Amino acid sequence: MTNFIIILLSAVFINNYVLSKFLGICPFLGVSKKLDSAAGMSLAVIFVMLMATAVTFPIQKYLLDPNGLGYLQTIVFILVIASLVQLVEIVLKKYIPSLHNSLGVYLPLITTNCAVLGVTILNIDAGYNFAESMVNALGSGLGFFLAMVMFSGVRSTMETSDIPENFKGLPITLIAASITSLSFMGFGGIIENLFGGA
Amino acid sequence: MNKLHDLTKGIIKENPVLVLVLGTCPTLATSTSVINALGMGAAATVVLIFSNILISALRKVIPDKVRIPCYIVLIAGLVTVVQMLVKAFAPALDESLGIYLPLIVVNCIILGRAEMFASKNKVIASALDGLGMGIGFTLALFLMATIREIFGSGTFAGIPLPVLADNHISILTMAPGGFFVFGLLIAAVNKFSKHKPKKQGGCEGCPQAEACNKIKEEAAQK
Repeated sequence: MTNFIIILLSAVFINNYVLSKFLGICPFLGVSKKLDSAAGMSLAVIFVMLMATAVTFPIQKYLLDPNGLGYLQTIVFILVIASLVQLVEIVLKKYIPSLHNSLGVYLPLITTNCAVLGVTILNIDAGYNFAESMVNALGSGLGFFLAMVMFSGVRSTMETSDIPENFKGLPITLIAASITSLSFMGFGGIIENLFGGA
Repeated sequence: MNKLHDLTKGIIKENPVLVLVLGTCPTLATSTSVINALGMGAAATVVLIFSNILISALRKVIPDKVRIPCYIVLIAGLVTVVQMLVKAFAPALDESLGIYLPLIVVNCIILGRAEMFASKNKVIASALDGLGMGIGFTLALFLMATIREIFGSGTFAGIPLPVLADNHISILTMAPGGFFVFGLLIAAVNKFSKHKPKKQGGCEGCPQAEACNKIKEEAAQK
């Protein structure tokens, strides 16, 4: 149990995908302007991360590894994720239209989101078992959600402030991201203190 | 003349990282040291040249509706080849680039060039465009890595520098420093380019611009 909590906490706070691993920066900078689009995008990311992990993990363990096809990992994973996203979109549209209305627009953006491909590959690299992989995917998704929502708050205050001409737009956003990321560095070491150097 | 333009536009005028603001993830992540930056730049350049050549050669064969999945498969195949080559001949580089090597697949520079250039132009022009964009990407990475490594670790390509080696600002090599240096560089580009400053990150070059703009419009309506 402690094991799962450690994986979850480190994925959310310490190894935050956006703010310390630099995965999924494009949506982080692109869609974080408004709170509801930031939240919608991150919910879609959490959903796809969990689905993608649930599908790619057995493929790697039971299809690629036993047949010595490990080198096909990148191709297979990206294909699986791309078709999965399409499939999810079709299923949602047909059966849960209300969810499709709120998440649907974000789904095409997720196919080439490096955070999703990143989490599936990192789960395999870290040697997690299936349950640990799912927890890591959930944690990474939650971390993405936290970063997006926090950052949309930072950006909404920035809208009204007086910014030097050359820093308008992207540069000031990046500087703000830098400070947000700095605040996340404060979480470093909490795992060691909470769970005694685990 | 035209050919020369295909090659050189990617280096400064349409630099994929600093002007079009594409491929931010690998830029931020692998610019902690000059060696990593050059390795990443070289790997991405190779993929970019070959993906542009292949996509341009196949542009009349690939049906329009399924072009993006086709491009992704082609790019993923090339990335796998590069990944295996790096593993075999530069294992240390493979170790330090880690996850970012397979993630070249989802680097929006490559998909962006496939969509914007290679699918509309002849093979040679596309190859030159890929080479130019690759050089531009590598130069931008090199520039950022130089700043971050010199001030962050006090070394250049692993060689310790006098004075700075004892007084380095380690935070520059960490995540916040990456965002910070990148922000400053883009601000500098805005200052020195004659064009008006970019409002948003690389929308015109991004293959996902359509979906992304839809979200923004919806958000604006609310």
